[in-house]
Amino acid sequence: MAFGGPKRGGPGGARGKDAKAGDKAGGQRRGGGFFRRRKVCKFCADKIDDINYKDVKLLSGFVPERGKVLPRRISGTCAKHQRGLRIAIVRARQLALLPYASD
Amino acid sequence: MSQRTYELIYVLKPDAPEQEVADLHQQVADIAARMGGTIERTDTWGRRKLAYEIGHHKEGFYVLEVILGSAELMKEIDRRLKVTEGLLRHLIVRVDESTIKAERARTKRVEESRRRRIARGLPPDRQPGEGPQGEDNDDSGDLMYDGAEVEG
Repeated sequence: MAFGGPKRGGPGGARGKDAKAGDKAGGQRRGGGFFRRRKVCKFCADKIDDINYKDVKLLSGFVPERGKVLPRRISGTCAKHQRGLRIAIVRARQLALLPYASD
Repeated sequence: MSQRTYELIYVLKPDAPEQEVADLHQQVADIAARMGGTIERTDTWGRRKLAYEIGHHKEGFYVLEVILGSAELMKEIDRRLKVTEGLLRHLIVRVDESTIKAERARTKRVEESRRRRIARGLPPDRQPGEGPQGEDNDDSGDLMYDGAEVEG
C-alpha cells in the first residue's frame, strides 16, 4: 500500500508555504491525476536502529549532489532519525567519506 | 576507571608503505597496552577515494580499530595521532552507548510487536508466508527526492 488516498477531507486551510511538501499523503493532482507516494522514514521502515557513520552507501542517499543534508520534508525521515543521520553524516565528513560541499 | 568501547579510524596517505601502517598500528597498540586497554579488532579498509582532496591527495588509506579502554587512554591516543606526520585524518568515537541504545530499541520493538500480535489473537512470531512479502526489498532509491520533482 504505497499510495495513500487523500487523507484530509477538509480544505487545506492555513498551511504554510511548505504545505505542498508537508502533505504526506499524496492526493490526486489537478489535470494529471497521479498520486504521490506516501513518505515514510527509511530508518523506521527498515528498522535501522543505529545509524552508522561508516555506512557510506546508506548515508549518501541522504546527501544530494551539492553535499548538503537532505531535508526531512523531502526524505520523510522522522525527527529522531534525522538527528542521528545528521550526526552520522558530520562524522563521515570528517573522515572524507562524504563531501562537505561539492559542485 | 571504567572500560569503554571506542572506534578509532585513521586515514593515512595513500602512498604510505606497509611498514608505516604497521608502525602506526604498533604505536596505538603500545599506548593501549601501557594504559590498560586492549585492541579488540583491527579492520584495514585499505585505499579508498576521498570525498574531497586533503593536501592534494585524492585517496587515503583507512584503518579502523575497535579499542576497549578508558577515556584517558583515548585522550592520549588522540594527542599522539594529532602530532603524527603522514596522517590525513583521524576520528575517535565512543560506541558502547549507541550499541546499547540500538539493542534496547530492537528489543522494545520486538516485544511491542509480539504484544500486539497476541492482542490480535495471533502467534507472537511472524509465520512464514504471512502478510506482505518482499514489499520493501527494492526500496533503496525511491525515497530519495521523492516528490521533489513532482512539484508544479
